[in-house]
Amino acid sequence: MNRRAIAGVLLGVMITVGLAGVWQLQKKIDAQKQALRMERDELTLRSPKLIQKMSLEYTPLVAALYWTRVVQYYGEKHRFGHRNLELLWPLLDITTTLDPHLMVAYRFGSTFLSDAPPRGAGEPEKGVKLLERGLRANPEQWRLYQDLGNVYYFDEKNYPKAAAAFEEGSKNPKAPIWMKAMAAKIAAEGESTETSYFLWRDIYQTTKDPLVKKNAESHLRLLKVDLDLKEINRLADEYEKRNGRRAAKMAELVQAGLLKEMPVDADGFPYVLGEGGKAELNLRSPLLEEKLMENK
Amino acid sequence: MMNVWAVATNAFREAVRDRVLYNLVFFALLMMGAAILVGQISIGVEDTVIISLGLSAISIIGLFIAVFIGVGLVSKEMDKRTLYALLAKPVERWQFLLGKFCGLVMTLAVNTAAMALGLYLALWTVKHPLEKSDAYVLVAVYLILLKLALIVALAMLFSCFTTSFLAILFTAGIYVAGLFAEDLRTIQAVDLSPTTMKMLRGISYLLPNFENFSVMGAVAHGRGVPGGLVGQATLYALVYATIVLAAAAMVFSRRNLK
Amino acid sequence: MLWGRVAAGAQGNAWRVDVGGRVLKNAGMSTPAIEIEKLSKEYPYGFLNLKTKKSLEDLTMRVDTGDVFGFLGPNGAGKSTTIKLLMRLIFPTSGTARILGKSIEDVSMHQQVGYLPEQPYFYDYLTAAEVLDYFARFHGLTENDRKARMEKMLKKVGLETAKKIQLRKYSKGMLQRVGLAQAILHDPEVVVLDEPMSGLDPLGRREVRDIILELKKDGRTVLFSTHVLSDAEMLCDRVGVIVGGKLRGVGAPGELVGIQSHGMEILFELRTEGNKPPLLSRATRTGERYRVQLPEAELYGALDELKAAEARILNVAQLKPTLEEVFMDLVEADRAQASAVDVSGK
Repeated sequence: MNRRAIAGVLLGVMITVGLAGVWQLQKKIDAQKQALRMERDELTLRSPKLIQKMSLEYTPLVAALYWTRVVQYYGEKHRFGHRNLELLWPLLDITTTLDPHLMVAYRFGSTFLSDAPPRGAGEPEKGVKLLERGLRANPEQWRLYQDLGNVYYFDEKNYPKAAAAFEEGSKNPKAPIWMKAMAAKIAAEGESTETSYFLWRDIYQTTKDPLVKKNAESHLRLLKVDLDLKEINRLADEYEKRNGRRAAKMAELVQAGLLKEMPVDADGFPYVLGEGGKAELNLRSPLLEEKLMENK
Repeated sequence: MMNVWAVATNAFREAVRDRVLYNLVFFALLMMGAAILVGQISIGVEDTVIISLGLSAISIIGLFIAVFIGVGLVSKEMDKRTLYALLAKPVERWQFLLGKFCGLVMTLAVNTAAMALGLYLALWTVKHPLEKSDAYVLVAVYLILLKLALIVALAMLFSCFTTSFLAILFTAGIYVAGLFAEDLRTIQAVDLSPTTMKMLRGISYLLPNFENFSVMGAVAHGRGVPGGLVGQATLYALVYATIVLAAAAMVFSRRNLK
Repeated sequence: MLWGRVAAGAQGNAWRVDVGGRVLKNAGMSTPAIEIEKLSKEYPYGFLNLKTKKSLEDLTMRVDTGDVFGFLGPNGAGKSTTIKLLMRLIFPTSGTARILGKSIEDVSMHQQVGYLPEQPYFYDYLTAAEVLDYFARFHGLTENDRKARMEKMLKKVGLETAKKIQLRKYSKGMLQRVGLAQAILHDPEVVVLDEPMSGLDPLGRREVRDIILELKKDGRTVLFSTHVLSDAEMLCDRVGVIVGGKLRGVGAPGELVGIQSHGMEILFELRTEGNKPPLLSRATRTGERYRVQLPEAELYGALDELKAAEARILNVAQLKPTLEEVFMDLVEADRAQASAVDVSGK
């Protein structure tokens, strides 16, 4: 082997080893940066107007980029169970300023801004602001009225405004019929479990976004518990009326024919009758903890 | 006119042999990557993202070509002295400029058409079948092409009287300034005198308003572009480019070659 | 020589018939091929371009039709400047010029003019065939015409085999030949060549010389610049010497050197037994031969002396400086003048 060949081989080896080293180093650096990132959220540029100017004529593209950041941000926070979603609004603010027609941003954003922690940021007023901006730019999107109604109903607990939102949305010929009926129901009753269940179920069935769907599902699970307990209590009252005393165990209701079988919750744990003969979640059911967290 | 055509076809040939069109490969890869990755972001925005990304890429790549090669159209010939033999032929200097302009615009037209095709392919993979509203993308591409033609004219003008480096800076600068022309028109600042405001407004009208050619926002969401806008933008580009090329011809006609 | 007249033609061109009976076009008695009148070019330079440098000053000369005219001068003298002014690549500060009777401002005149630039460079992504075809288009030739001429030219300059190779791979000499080809492609009346011999090996130079002679035979007018004086002597009917932006002398090479005669020279042999003529003291001797140089006025006196000495006269010749010597003298004179100007402070 002559010298040139040896030099060639050595060069090849050096480059390979070098690249491997770079690879390993990068992994270490990434780990370091990960630790940093968790402690401190960063959004260097905050002004939507400034970013809009800097994007020259490419605002829709930059909006799409910020949108991916929104999804990533929420996904990461959610995965690690962090409650602090303080950057959600600024990111959404920028996204929708850059592209006022990005519907997914409004829909996703309003849900996760308004929902209480740990599901969302717990800032329903921001959710409202976001949707109002969305409606100004896209008045024909009746779904935004639906989202607005949901925010007022669930998170702001402002039933007159909720009713008004559903009413407004129902005026659009493309809107489903139930919106008008819902407006009336909320105006009359305010909050009710049936209403809540219905509203979340519509979201669950119509959304294409997996995160939104999952969120709706988690609400539905707990609402189902309420509905179930309500129903079981009604049957227990019926039992009391018939038999003059409250049932002590669920089995008695089944035996009395009021229930076809032992009722179980969404996770498969049977409901129990607790103190005073009131229906309750099974102590071992994970739904119990979820319920307690929600009520906090 | 035959002279103009001869120069134009040669300029086109030069671009092709200079492997300018190879940028299409890069573009194709970009689009493919985007089509694959975009589903990961979230459902419901795939077409918006692909269209935004595609149009942005067409615009930016086209911009690079228009500025760098546009400046080189004259500079390169002067630096390399290939111009000497040519101008000793019975050809007017303005015919040379116009021919170069047409040649590069032809190149850009081919380039953007190919990229538009790539965009549609990527769009098709994430969303088939394509809808009628997706045809509006072609309108956006056409307007981008108008913008690029105007930039080529500006690049040529600057390169006629300054070095290629400065010409590139000036052209890029006027592109950015032109994007803010609309803002300049509606500027509201407390500490500006009425005369200054009037002057700024005047400047805003004289600058090339590149926002006229930007419809990405609408098209990305499947909204159409009014035909009137397209017609007027075409006229605007035509008139403005003619002015610029005429000025370039004037400057170049009196220029002493080194 | 026979003279005839052509009835038509606004300029009343005279036709000349040469010894062989061939008609030569437009014997330039009325319209010279190239006329230059007080052509000047100034360049601004220095800080804020306030100073000006005169690269050409009041050049007045003409090139007759059918002549080969050589432009001589050291580097930077103004040869290239003049040629570029003629071809309208740069614009004069003052003065006018005409080629074939048309002002240099008239672009259509270029149909009849061929130009080879100094150190030509062409589009390196094109082949020789493509370059020639491209340039031919500006002369309004049909496709077949272009092809035919392109082939002919390539053959003429010896680039036939390389015609499909891109110019980026060409040597300097090959580029020079392409340049020459595009200059004569359209069979122009006037051919202007800026340093056509530069960068060529002796074979190439010979070929260029042959082409120039061929052009002359066809009755074309050729103007070329060079600083190879032997080429000028060999090829040119007339030469012009430019030094320092000014025309120092113009005329046939013979005339130019004849301006300054250095006297006469006598070559002779002496009989060993005869008397020695007095002028022997001024003669140089090589073997049996003597050589003496003296002013023309003293010629006959010297011959009488040698006759008296019964010397054998071998040769009597006029001492002419070479063109190079004339050239050098002119350059020196210009330098002396320039420094004189500097010293005087004007």
